[in-house]
Amino acid sequence: MSSIIKSPWVIHYDGSSCNGCDIEVLAALTPRFDVERFGIINTGNPKHADIFLITGSINEQNISIVKNIYEQMPNPKIVIAVGVCAATGGIFRECYNVQGGVGEVIPVDVYVPGCAVRPEAIIDGVVKGLGILQKKQEEWSKQA
Amino acid sequence: MANKTIIPFGPQHPVLPEPIHLDLVVEDEKVVEAIPSIGLIHRGLEKLVEIKDYQEMTFVAERICGICSFIHGMTYCHAIETVMNVTVPPRAQYLRIIWSELSRIHSHLLWLGLMADSLGFESLFMYSWKIRERILDIIEETTGGRVIFGSAKIGGVKHDITNSKLQEIGKRLDDIEKELKPIARVFIDDHSVKHRLVGVGVMPKEDAYAYGAVGPMLRASGIVQDMRKLGYSAYNELNFEPIVETAGDCYARSVVRIRELTSSFDLIRQASVKIPEGAIDVKVTGNPNGEFMARTEQPRGEVVYYVKANGNKFLERLRVRTPTFANIPALVKILQGCDLADVPVIVLTIDPCISCTER
Repeated sequence: MSSIIKSPWVIHYDGSSCNGCDIEVLAALTPRFDVERFGIINTGNPKHADIFLITGSINEQNISIVKNIYEQMPNPKIVIAVGVCAATGGIFRECYNVQGGVGEVIPVDVYVPGCAVRPEAIIDGVVKGLGILQKKQEEWSKQA
Repeated sequence: MANKTIIPFGPQHPVLPEPIHLDLVVEDEKVVEAIPSIGLIHRGLEKLVEIKDYQEMTFVAERICGICSFIHGMTYCHAIETVMNVTVPPRAQYLRIIWSELSRIHSHLLWLGLMADSLGFESLFMYSWKIRERILDIIEETTGGRVIFGSAKIGGVKHDITNSKLQEIGKRLDDIEKELKPIARVFIDDHSVKHRLVGVGVMPKEDAYAYGAVGPMLRASGIVQDMRKLGYSAYNELNFEPIVETAGDCYARSVVRIRELTSSFDLIRQASVKIPEGAIDVKVTGNPNGEFMARTEQPRGEVVYYVKANGNKFLERLRVRTPTFANIPALVKILQGCDLADVPVIVLTIDPCISCTER
């Protein structure tokens, strides 16, 4: 069952970011950075995903969507908060419609800092997350 | 009479990097109505003017959108400079044009990639983004950032580009343009791409005008409107013509953007030749007092910045009308009567930037 860390599938959702981190997430999938060489595939279906990449902060409207995506993902799963907005709210922390980082709604495993995040940092964060995913996998198989 | 069904599209959808939600009312395979609901990434950053002073707001303006970040920052600075009667040095004006056009090229290449992805043409998506990385390299070497440049500043720009660097950039842009040609040809001539685009999502000229469409969406329907012709920065000293197509369908919108790429390369070349020597910024002191409405052309169309200041270091009001916001009524119109399978393609041809729209 260690195949999960050899080929983790990611799902990406834009909380309320400025789009800068989102295009960098996509850039990480394209030839210059090409995360597919590590077996990482971007999927649109939460039920196929192991890693939840979320950019941007949480607001009243998207709380239910973020929770919904997280709950649909099968265990074991990890959450990576991409960018400072996903960590704390960043430059928009004081906006009336921003409730703060993603960590307030779902448990976050890795925080990737940056505004905007660089694709190298996203890959670094995902690789770091794989260690956590493996631990979760082991715990999960013990329980089962 | 078939039964009506409502199919939700988004907010989390494989074809969209950003969340927009559409309720598609379908009858068999035909969409009879599309009901958009936006607000999923509303932040409320216009209200930040109450706690961030007018200089700090430049950084917020740059972060309204990560794709046309520089043009947002520049438009905000342009508005404040006009209110404060600051004369921006000519070199800074030309540098602004160079970065604006680099933004436009990177945005259009990004869009070409996403468009190919929505058609299921994965290799074309990868090719477009591969070329886009080379534009981002130039941006990174000149400003330090890949998507958020941080070089807009009230009174000028923060970074200079040396003349030798400008020449080198010119040579690299020539190479990039050559590399782009085969990809542009696929979009323009390929049978399977044309099959998905020609005659889909037609927006007649009258409708485009009545629904208040802007940018490539409007120009693809045969209306000549390009805010760069207003002559802000130094656009009045450069020679270019707005790109116009007449068919008004998805294919015309793609062709407008592809032709705009060539025009942007040309504008950068002209600007690198004409750029004068001199300072890149002037010192700005005091507080703004007055109001101004700045209009500039973003990759997606016209953006409007309304600034109202009352002699305080905090602005009284900042209002941003972004191009995608203006294009949403037009999108809802062209979605009526289309096939369900064409919805992703049509949504993408307006080049939606939801972060801009909802701010």
